[in-house]
Amino acid sequence: MKHFPSAKIIRKQSWGDYHLFRFETVLPASSAETIEAKPGQFVMVRVNEGYQPLLRRPISLHNAGEDWLEIFFKVAGEGTALLAKKREGETIDILGPLGRGFDLSGEWKGKSVYLVGGGRGIAPIYFLGCTLQSLGAEVKILYGGRTEDELPIRGKFTIAGLVTVCATDDGSYGFAGFVTDLLDREIEAGRPDGLFVCGPDLMMQKCAALAAQHGLPTQISLESMMGCGFGACWGCVKRIKQAGHSNWRKICEDGPVFKAEEIIWDEA
Amino acid sequence: MADLSTDLGFLKLRNPVLTASGTFGYGTEFIPFMELSAIGGLVVKGLYYGPREGNRPPRLVETASGLINAIGLQGVGVEHFAMDVLPKLRRFDTQIWVNICGSDEDEYLRVIDFLNRQEGVAAYELNISCPNVRQNGLCPALNSRWTFDLVRAAKAESRRPLIAKLSPNVTNIIEIARAAEDGGADGISLINTLLAMAVDIETRRPKLSNIFGGLSGPAIKPIALRMVYQVAQAVKIPIIGMGGIMTGRDALEFLLVGAKAVQVGTANFVDPAASVRIVHEMEDFCDAHGLIRVADLVGTLQTGL
Repeated sequence: MKHFPSAKIIRKQSWGDYHLFRFETVLPASSAETIEAKPGQFVMVRVNEGYQPLLRRPISLHNAGEDWLEIFFKVAGEGTALLAKKREGETIDILGPLGRGFDLSGEWKGKSVYLVGGGRGIAPIYFLGCTLQSLGAEVKILYGGRTEDELPIRGKFTIAGLVTVCATDDGSYGFAGFVTDLLDREIEAGRPDGLFVCGPDLMMQKCAALAAQHGLPTQISLESMMGCGFGACWGCVKRIKQAGHSNWRKICEDGPVFKAEEIIWDEA
Repeated sequence: MADLSTDLGFLKLRNPVLTASGTFGYGTEFIPFMELSAIGGLVVKGLYYGPREGNRPPRLVETASGLINAIGLQGVGVEHFAMDVLPKLRRFDTQIWVNICGSDEDEYLRVIDFLNRQEGVAAYELNISCPNVRQNGLCPALNSRWTFDLVRAAKAESRRPLIAKLSPNVTNIIEIARAAEDGGADGISLINTLLAMAVDIETRRPKLSNIFGGLSGPAIKPIALRMVYQVAQAVKIPIIGMGGIMTGRDALEFLLVGAKAVQVGTANFVDPAASVRIVHEMEDFCDAHGLIRVADLVGTLQTGL
């Protein structure tokens, strides 16, 4: 039971094209299950009742509690534009949490980790940062966007006690340049024990290259258009190499998070 | 409560709703979302003998009330299916049909031979709409002679009921349906997806890596209904209708034009419990209209004055 046909929006915040929704996700009293959301998981959101658009939209989990989930997204097309029009008090059909999320097994106490988020890719980084911090890791957030307006939620990281360094392509806020250049600088200043990345493909690809260069254990959260979100349609694949063998793996079910060295970027 | 049971002759179903191959994974993906034993049966994603890579992404594109896919039948092959998937599905009280693919006639027969020896499979759906089975990427379902030959060979090999799944990408669906019937098919399922494409004007590239894909979803329902209606007039074997079924009312339309059962496809992606919901909606309609048996609706479309 991971289907909430009428999850109520109990909070909405908007910054231009960026929106944050908190949903009330109460399981029926009869259900023995709990939501058990993990950082790096996502939900499939039905943006309307009819057949246009037909498919749900995959959206990263921004945060979660026992009976609520948060998503943070940017309007990118017809589906997210419809979603952005929803108001507090309205209900939406959501499926999830889905996917495997970040692998947080092992010992994190005292470990230094850099979390890199670009644009809407910052969405899962908040949940991940708070979780890693509670596990005792020393977390540094690297938050990149084209302009200052593309960093709408930078304040909440600081409020949560997470060290945050911002980068803008146009230099309007923080480090002037790509967040990958900022990452390069930060690694030179102090090599972390682990790296976590979510953002545009090119940014993630550059982070993977830096990770390989410095031998940093790195987890990358991929994004894709999805047919179903739970492994049935085989539509959202990426070339993944594991145990010496490469194959098309489902981003929804086998990911969306993969180790950086497993991802073969040049094959679509 | 209306009686939803359906007799296909070669098999009896609890209700007329199955899930369409390629839209229901191997069935196990849906266990968290629905009761597999609440539907008439499920049709497992097309199986070749061995594992298959499938196409490069992008494999999916959304269109007006529809979806074009070019997955390329990525899959695990029969051995993995028999060892890993079938034992999990057998725990459920539902019919398991397997959609069968082949790159040539020999492979179709090897898949059937392998599955003949596995317990828990109720029927085979022969995917004669596979590409690359004959020369120039054509599939057997585009030609009545090829359809007849392959169905006849498969039927001779099969120890289970054999349903031929037809392609809508033909000029005369009746001719192909008759060829499948003459070849010995126990039933016919239609329609598979419609050959389609989508274009990105910014990049001036096709939206699918494969250029072409198969269109499914509510957009194709009127075409599917027309083809099921035509085939129902022309053959005696039972028809399983599909194409854009999203609701119980959609499913009932297919029964009226002559299908004895239906398959729910793309709706499974949007609502993983769609097939069960559709069963309930069909039942509610029957109850509201005082119908005792849903099977009484089959082929009752009134076309006279």
